[in-house]
Amino acid sequence: MMEVFDLVKKLTAIDGVSGEEEKVRDFILSQIKDYVDEYHMDHLGNLITFKKGSGKGPRVMLDAHMDEVGLMVSHINSDGLLKFQTVGGIEARVLVGKRVRIGEEGIPGVIGYKPVHLQDSTERNGAVKKKQLTIDIGAKDREQAEEWVDIGDTVSFAYDPVEFGDNKLMAKALDDRVGCAVLIELLKGSYECDIYGCFTVQEEIGLKGAKTASFQVMPEVALVLEGTTCYDVPDTKEQSMSTLCGKGPALTIMDRSVIADRDLLTYISDTAKACKIPYQFKKTISGGTDAGRIQVNGTGVKVATIAVPCRYIHTPVSVMDKSDLENMLRLAKEVLKTLPAAINLYREQGGKQYV
Amino acid sequence: MMECGELLKELSEISAVTGRENMAAEKIAGLFREYCDEVRIDAFYNVIGLKKGQSENPGTVLVTAHYDEIGLIVTGIEDSGFLRFAAAGGIDAKTIGAMEVTVHGSKDLFGVIGTKPPHLIPPEDADKTVKMEDMRIDIGFDGPKARELVRVGDMVSFRFPVQELLNKRLAGKSMDNRSGVAALVEILKELRKVRHEDNVYVVATVQEELGLIGAFCTTYNIRADLGIVIDVCHGDMPDCPSDEVFPLDKGVAVAVGPILNRKHTRACIRLAEDERIPYQVDPEASDTGTEAAVHAVAREGIPVILLSIPSKYMHTPVELVAIDDIVSTGRLAARYIAGRGKE
Repeated sequence: MMEVFDLVKKLTAIDGVSGEEEKVRDFILSQIKDYVDEYHMDHLGNLITFKKGSGKGPRVMLDAHMDEVGLMVSHINSDGLLKFQTVGGIEARVLVGKRVRIGEEGIPGVIGYKPVHLQDSTERNGAVKKKQLTIDIGAKDREQAEEWVDIGDTVSFAYDPVEFGDNKLMAKALDDRVGCAVLIELLKGSYECDIYGCFTVQEEIGLKGAKTASFQVMPEVALVLEGTTCYDVPDTKEQSMSTLCGKGPALTIMDRSVIADRDLLTYISDTAKACKIPYQFKKTISGGTDAGRIQVNGTGVKVATIAVPCRYIHTPVSVMDKSDLENMLRLAKEVLKTLPAAINLYREQGGKQYV
Repeated sequence: MMECGELLKELSEISAVTGRENMAAEKIAGLFREYCDEVRIDAFYNVIGLKKGQSENPGTVLVTAHYDEIGLIVTGIEDSGFLRFAAAGGIDAKTIGAMEVTVHGSKDLFGVIGTKPPHLIPPEDADKTVKMEDMRIDIGFDGPKARELVRVGDMVSFRFPVQELLNKRLAGKSMDNRSGVAALVEILKELRKVRHEDNVYVVATVQEELGLIGAFCTTYNIRADLGIVIDVCHGDMPDCPSDEVFPLDKGVAVAVGPILNRKHTRACIRLAEDERIPYQVDPEASDTGTEAAVHAVAREGIPVILLSIPSKYMHTPVELVAIDDIVSTGRLAARYIAGRGKE
């Protein structure tokens, strides 16, 4: 069980902003290539693996996205400071005072902010605006900055994982390296059904990789392994907390991208109950996952999302509880073990009830 | 003997939240010991180093640079284990979201200042700033365990590994005013190379961020003939008044203004010209808000010079300074001290 946690630590130390997932993909490949029957990379950069099942069963796609939110250099000012655009959803004030790595070589930089002493009253009381912010690499002018940085370079947060508190891990990119770690571990097992393990790209800019991956796999059932929103901080209404850290993996009923397949969802929660694995339902409908894309592939796919609650998601300091990760792996394993029988049963019932 | 950049990196990563400098006093004293004849730590944790002069009847020069840093103080512990906090020193709440911290409880604890993810922020709150009283520190423990480890009143410092940037520039927390402390060490290094008549006290002072507190006792304790204050000034940044910000790598900023001793300041500028030490002039029409304001009115009044190191993004965790500016600050101060008595 320690393995999956170590994988998360290793994976979150790697940079892979949407569109630049190569280093993450290389690491994942090194971990799984001995455990799968086939693998290939598609034009978009997805890593698609295949593991032949030992018996009958539906074609199952397991999905975890490799990319993380970050920034992209969009302009170099004459004073050598770098303007940027955000890649994926990042709140402006999260960017202030952060350390970053730029481009393939990881040129260090920081995101500065006008000192409070020099702000006028509107600035003091107002919110941070993304447009005001620039990255400082210490360059004296544009010419010097251009020696080190190109427009279009992606920018990652330079934060190393830290274990702290009671079973907690702080790291950048927990969304969705937790899913990648769980998927790596799942591929080490053996199953009755055929498994397509898909490590996808560009989820954060609109579920791009999941579209081409599911087109190639043509799954009947898909499980999306994710990190999800969690804000169980005091003075927050319980329904606004989304999920609770340390209370088990979260199942999505509905979000902005998908309504989970009811049968599959019931089967997953029944499995959790039967195996005494803690779980919870996500209480908000915000955000979206690859499930939204996979569901509408081909003639339609039964999808569900299992996720580790991540406090402060989409910041360089997101936080998870180790037990949630371990329980997510346990639950996914149990689900895959009994899935063929269960899903055929549901199929038959569905036919009787709904057609 | 440590190179200036290396030393500053180490100094920046030390915690010494204003009012709790005892956390770092010994460390600073250790630095001074390498160069000074006497080093002591006073009741306030000001760290005082004395480098004796060669004169039979030496005058006294007092050089101060504060070593405290802005931070946070724990004001409450929630049943869920999250910590409430307030600012210790001038902190802009807009700059501390999603920040790593060290909570100095019964032991040092890692924590983060949480922020709500964009997915959960209602559109009507999107352009609102979050107040400090609505933020919490997450130390990853439940209520009972958190209360065992942390007490109300415990201090919190920012945790920020120094980033080495281009042009020997460093970014990190507490460059205000560990850059000044690094300059004190530069002065001591320089003074070792030359003969100086006066006794030189270098003092790393406390509680500047709370209102120049350490400088009050220091300027009373040490009867000085000349005071030199070393602090940071605003580095050149976009969208800031051009007479209040100073470019990096253009040398030490020598302050001119009513509270600063005119004779010494002019002589200091002349020296910089003669010795080709890079410098710039920092106009300060008010009392400067630095320890120079304390020196100037201490006892019978100490003639005071203010030397500043330009730092971008002051009072954020990415204060950014150029090592060459610290070196030029140390050199100018040391040459000025060594030149006294030969006038």
